[in-house]
Amino acid sequence: MNEWIPVTKLEEIPRLGARKLQAGDLDIALFRTGSDEVFALRDRCPHRGGPLSQGIVHGDAVTCPLHNWKIDLQSGEVQGPDQGCVHSFAVRIEEGVVYLDVASLESAA
Amino acid sequence: MKKQKLILIGNGMAGVRTLEELLKLEAELYDIIVFGAEPHPNYNRIMLSPVLAGEKQVEEIVLNSREWYAENRITLHTGDPVTAIDRKARQITTASGMSASYDRLLLATGSNPFIIPVPGHDLPGVVGFRDIQDVETMLDSARQYKKAVVIGGGLLGLEAANGLKKNGMDVTVVHLMDILMERQLDKPAAALLKASLEEGGLKFLMEAQTEAILGDQRVIGVRFKDGSEIDTDLVVMAVGIRPNTALANAAGLHCERGIVVNDTLQTFDPRIYAVGECVQHRNNTYGLVAPLFEQAKVCANHLAQLGYGRYQGSVTSTKLKVTGIDLFSAGEFNEAEGDETLVLQDPAQGVYKKLVIRDNRIKGAVMYGDTMDGSWYFQLLREATDISSFRNTILFGQHDLGDAGHGEETRVGMLSDEAEICGCNGVCKGEIVNAITSQGLFTLDEVRAHTKASASCGSCTGMVEALLASTVGEGYAATPSKKAVCGCTSYSHDEVRKAISELELKSMPELFDKLDWGTPDGCPSCRPALNYYLLAAWPAEYRDDAQSRFINERAHGNIQKDGSYSVVPRMFGGLCSADDLRAIADVADKFEVPEIKVTGGQRIDLFGVKKEQLPAVWKDLSEAGFVSGHAYGKALRTVKTCVGKNWCRFGTQDSTGLGVKLEELTWGSWMPHKFKLAVSGCPRNCAEATIKDLGVVCVDSGYELHIGGNGGIKVRVTDLLCKVESEQEVLEYTAAFIQCYREEAHYLERTAPWVERVSLNYVKQRVVEDKVGRKALYERFKLSQQYAQVDPWKARAEGAETHEFTPLSIDRMRAAS
Ligand SMILES: Cc1cc2nc3c(=O)[nH]c(=O)nc-3n(C[C@H](O)[C@H](O)[C@H](O)COP(=O)(O)OP(=O)(O)OC[C@H]3O[C@@H](n4cnc5c(N)ncnc54)[C@H](O)[C@@H]3O)c2cc1C
Ligand code: SF4
Ligand code: SF4
Ligand code: FES
Repeated sequence: MNEWIPVTKLEEIPRLGARKLQAGDLDIALFRTGSDEVFALRDRCPHRGGPLSQGIVHGDAVTCPLHNWKIDLQSGEVQGPDQGCVHSFAVRIEEGVVYLDVASLESAA
Repeated sequence: MKKQKLILIGNGMAGVRTLEELLKLEAELYDIIVFGAEPHPNYNRIMLSPVLAGEKQVEEIVLNSREWYAENRITLHTGDPVTAIDRKARQITTASGMSASYDRLLLATGSNPFIIPVPGHDLPGVVGFRDIQDVETMLDSARQYKKAVVIGGGLLGLEAANGLKKNGMDVTVVHLMDILMERQLDKPAAALLKASLEEGGLKFLMEAQTEAILGDQRVIGVRFKDGSEIDTDLVVMAVGIRPNTALANAAGLHCERGIVVNDTLQTFDPRIYAVGECVQHRNNTYGLVAPLFEQAKVCANHLAQLGYGRYQGSVTSTKLKVTGIDLFSAGEFNEAEGDETLVLQDPAQGVYKKLVIRDNRIKGAVMYGDTMDGSWYFQLLREATDISSFRNTILFGQHDLGDAGHGEETRVGMLSDEAEICGCNGVCKGEIVNAITSQGLFTLDEVRAHTKASASCGSCTGMVEALLASTVGEGYAATPSKKAVCGCTSYSHDEVRKAISELELKSMPELFDKLDWGTPDGCPSCRPALNYYLLAAWPAEYRDDAQSRFINERAHGNIQKDGSYSVVPRMFGGLCSADDLRAIADVADKFEVPEIKVTGGQRIDLFGVKKEQLPAVWKDLSEAGFVSGHAYGKALRTVKTCVGKNWCRFGTQDSTGLGVKLEELTWGSWMPHKFKLAVSGCPRNCAEATIKDLGVVCVDSGYELHIGGNGGIKVRVTDLLCKVESEQEVLEYTAAFIQCYREEAHYLERTAPWVERVSLNYVKQRVVEDKVGRKALYERFKLSQQYAQVDPWKARAEGAETHEFTPLSIDRMRAAS
């Protein structure tokens, strides 16, 4: 079962940027790409826990600010020679509002 | 043009390294033929110890495979020693009867283990420790026999003993002196080493002089001068090496202990070069790879006919490659009369460190147990750095010396870019970090392949891994180079800058489009560079793109390892009032700032501020009259000043006042890299102006302007740009210099390498000689400052970019909906 709740307006996330979203103890990073797609990943780099929301967004990826690991926004998988995966959450945009599937949070907790 | 013929004799580490360096410079100059006595392609001799200890396989230590020779069109003859050189005919002959002629000859015949000529030294079961064959002999013996004696308690002997022990043999080390590794260690360190090796099961016979090796068919024992004897099945002689000069000597080349060469690695016959252990240079011979690799570089430069390298000799340092033992030594570690020593001893932890100091400079170092700071001490030693200012804490290591504003967590993080990480190959931190970021390297093997760091003795592997794991600090973006900006394009930095101004590109999407960028919105390497280039080219029109800045510049603070930020308010020229201090103290109290520190640039740093608190902190500071100190950015950092003539009896001008004016002129300016200024009131130079990007030194008759300096471990002293007479000229020349750097340097290129790249004369021409050009630069700088001098803190305190500092919250949304 999906449970969509609105979390912010699209315009509140800078294009090619991110916002940090706190869901209880869980920090989530909301990314907005150059083509206005939005993705949500856990705000913790699989490498050493770097805050992904502080990284640089490019294409469909974000580069962690600490050691430049590149993470695919869609799947949460680390790209290139490194290995790892960060939890991703379902989001959708409707009339400029970003919704997050809170049901998908349970599995991450 | 017909290619010249180059022959290399000696297929070992120094010779082949020379070829590698040569190929990098001039791949097409020579037809190259290599002759090696050993049946193997070039391998890493250093790693014979781990091979003996069973930690590595022979295949793993090959440095240049046969394919490498083939790919580089080098003809390789292995297992065929050269037996004669005919210098008149310029021909060599080999054992198998082959002959070949040369235009240039390179000798790299290495050295031979010294076998003490006692009776029985030629019995089966007596070996040196030099090549793969020796190791195979030892491993064979270990399979068949029980007991081994190693003669020589130096580096090589102990590594051999350790290896044999690992192979299950009962090993006794026989040493002539009462100190192990006496050429590298002092008494206390040697005692610690001996104790821990004994714990590992090695036995020692100290102060024992070998008189004869006993046996008939094969060695059965050793007899000493005092008449005592010991049974053994294997004797390893590791008492030293002798440069292998036989071939050169027979060819009539001048040899003493080694083949004598000059600073260009040429022998007395100008067509013949020599490198490596077989060489004697300025009366020194070397037995470690670091100096040999330096020789290789210089020699290659001359073989490539560039002719500007000079080899001036080396200072060496040593590490022992016995797993579980950390030991480092360099320089004159036994104090002479009048020297001071600093000693740290922690017997419980098995740590011992000693530094020998003369005239406030490190002359030697011995470390046991904790060798992490070895490379730092070694750097201080080689650069003869005056240590008086941090002498109190020097033994605790570099991490104890903070440069404020940087939260790097590890000691490698604290090292400067110029700090040498790999001593063997002379690779410094900056190179490694750059390779990691620009080439996208992620594994140790890749770093080794790209930089050679830790590819020789491997002692620095830990540090290289640490660097890989935490590529922190300023180096996490594109490297300045003549090559493409990054993988998204084939254009170089200069080409991109030119296109921005000629095609009037004023936004990033436009630039991506016109220059056919390979990615829709760049990558973390090019975006910050492009953002800066656009900003520098169109100060009035371009809108800064926060999403193309690294987090420190986006958040206007230095991110610390715990995710908190540090805040440095600007204090113009380092001057402040009691009210200023009170305001800072109030902020510190109100926000419970955990730590306050005065920075090297004469500012006050507040540590541990939470990101969410930043706008409120800035608001209070801003109301008290402070603006951002930009301690986090590729920007104008600080103007450091001395008290000058207002207070100091030596002062010639008002250095503090001038510093304030300079900082008022320049603050807020974004740069290709960080930029530091200083003003000293007289040549005593208390503000250290000669290691700044631009330093002013006041003299009676005016002001000297110095440029391109750099502090840090590897200091670059400034070059004198010119002398001017008035404060107004100081301001104008400074602004012109900064603007020239802003317009022409590559992103992430400090002034020091920039000045070296474009040459001092070029900068003089632009800033000093070309009067009209200088004025124009000055005007362009002032124009750009109109837009740059907007305090980012005040703006954010007043609500700009709130999204950066306020996280969203689900619970809040839920409550609202
Ligand atoms: C076990 C061991 C451990 C070591 N550990 C370290 C260490 O930790 N750190 C360090 O810096 N250094 C160490 N060294 C020293 C380092 O290996 C040498 O300094 C380096 O290999 C010397 O390089 P080279 O090219 O001068 O000589 P080599 O590498 O010895 O090469 C010379 C080659 O020339 C060949 N040759 C000689 N005469 C002829 C001829 N007439 N014709 C054709 N070929 C010929 C030889 O067979 C040899 O292959 C160690 C050495 C050994 C043996
Ligand atoms: S650091 Fe690097 S250093 Fe040491 S010695 Fe090495 S490979 Fe050799
Ligand atoms: S640099 Fe000269 S003027 Fe300035 S404090 Fe030092 S001695 Fe005095
Ligand atoms: S923590 Fe993200 S790359 Fe290291």
